[in-house]
Amino acid sequence: MLLDATPGEQAALRREHRRDRFFELSTRGFALLVLVLLATILGSLIVSGWPALAKFGWGFFTEDRWAANLNRFGALPAIYGTLVTSAIAVAIAVPVSLGIAIFLTEKCPRALRRPLGTTVELLAGVPSIIYGMWGVEVLAPFLQSHFPSLFPAGTGLTTAGLILAVMIIPFITAITRDVMQTVPPMMRESAYGLGCTTWEVTRHVIFPSVKAGMVGGVILGLGRALGETMAVTFVIGNNLFFNPTITGQGTSIAALIANQFPEADGLQRSALLALGLMLFVITFIVLALARVMLNRMDQRAPK
Amino acid sequence: MSTHTSTHLTPSNPVYRRRRMLNRLVMLFCVSAAAFGILWLLLILFSLVTKGITALDVTVFTERTRMTGGGLGNAILGSLIMTSLATVAGTIVGVAAGTWLAEYGGQSRLANLTRFINDVLLSAPSIIVGLYIYAIVVLPTGHFSGWAGVAALSVLIIPVVIRATEDMLRLVPNTLREAASALGAHRWWVVCKVCYGGARAGITTGILLGCARISGETAPLIFTSLNTNQWNFFDLGSEMPNLPMTLYQNMTINSFIPRQVELAWAGALILTVAILVLNILARVIAERKKG
Repeated sequence: MLLDATPGEQAALRREHRRDRFFELSTRGFALLVLVLLATILGSLIVSGWPALAKFGWGFFTEDRWAANLNRFGALPAIYGTLVTSAIAVAIAVPVSLGIAIFLTEKCPRALRRPLGTTVELLAGVPSIIYGMWGVEVLAPFLQSHFPSLFPAGTGLTTAGLILAVMIIPFITAITRDVMQTVPPMMRESAYGLGCTTWEVTRHVIFPSVKAGMVGGVILGLGRALGETMAVTFVIGNNLFFNPTITGQGTSIAALIANQFPEADGLQRSALLALGLMLFVITFIVLALARVMLNRMDQRAPK
Repeated sequence: MSTHTSTHLTPSNPVYRRRRMLNRLVMLFCVSAAAFGILWLLLILFSLVTKGITALDVTVFTERTRMTGGGLGNAILGSLIMTSLATVAGTIVGVAAGTWLAEYGGQSRLANLTRFINDVLLSAPSIIVGLYIYAIVVLPTGHFSGWAGVAALSVLIIPVVIRATEDMLRLVPNTLREAASALGAHRWWVVCKVCYGGARAGITTGILLGCARISGETAPLIFTSLNTNQWNFFDLGSEMPNLPMTLYQNMTINSFIPRQVELAWAGALILTVAILVLNILARVIAERKKG
């Protein structure tokens, strides 16, 4: 505090100082809300899913059917469906997205680069319910009429996987392209100067230096596929019995919750909330992994 | 030496030919991947536009949803109300939290933890947020309500706004802050007048992108606001009609009525166009700032 300040000025200084404190503390309160959010999400799902978890124990994860009429609830069909659909989606989306990203950064004519890049980003914003509607109205009937032996009903795990792939392609492409663009032009030019072909530059210069970021992007896409609800619910077939098939009908955690929740109460509702808890824990681990990898990229990338 | 070099580079050199072939093959794959990806997405947009436009007319906007057809007016209104309230709430919380992270948090352990959790919540499945609000709002109050829907959408938009605010405030050069402080401005005044001024366009872009994201969210609304076929102007205490849920119900439980499916496509077109407009607006604001 200034010694030669008049009492009025000192009061003003103190007032401003109080405002400073207030501003910092209130914004910190809002920031802490993020942590509170995470804690309450976990807490509320544990509390409300506990009755089912306590009743079924580990059997909840191995029971092969979800039979509300018998009060038997098993997560196995949903877990299996979630893993299979996500695996199919990632297996298709990763090569395609990498191809598009390489095309956009290395081969695309300069005039097309920005419009195509923007289109990809805009498509990443199309809501998932649109993909689901397209799947049930266009893709499922198409598969049913052209491959009736594989897709007798048109819907199923593979159909859902295909829709998910189409949905996460723009997503993975956008991230991969962004990290590939962080490679300094100097490195790229040096490799070209040594006589490398475009593929050799991509394979030996760009890929090694952005590996973490690309893996992070792919895992982020996987996280999206694991938790996706609306695109999957329409086309997965909603078979509540465990069926070890790739093309047949099944269900996923998110689809099961969305389908059953409106009519559920009591033990079934608790079982669905326990499923939600499981989904949250799985996606949290996957997304945390992706973030660790992407953050490693950010620290290195020149801003 | 010079002859040696030239044999290396002649097109007949097998190593050179192999490298060139491999390069062509991979580039061919990349071009076809791009064509393949864009083809699928064009197919989806094509169905959306052709199926949507045929069902679109004025009554879609003015009539409420009915079993026998009607329109989507109440659903559009409900979605507008919930999305805008959630955007306002999310903006207040998100900008404040982002400000703390950028201006005060620094690299402290708490700030880094908050940042990390926020990044994870940013891409957490939206259905989980729906279940969460169901457990903490709908179960205690005993009924579905518009407020629960607003709460779920706010939880979804907050991480987006936090991230945008922090990133944009970090772009404001430190010399500006120092200049303002040197003139005797207090910290809160520096943040409010100098930093927000510089970051306004970027933060607006982030809010618009977040708003675009929550407008299409369906899964969280199943457990929170539910849906109704009545007009609901401002009674957020009861069930709130909304566009995404109407699309979902029209395509599932009501899909045996052809008019409902048509309406669903009209709604899907309206929703997608609205989201694209928000996205493009966000980009235009970001671009103008750069220019």
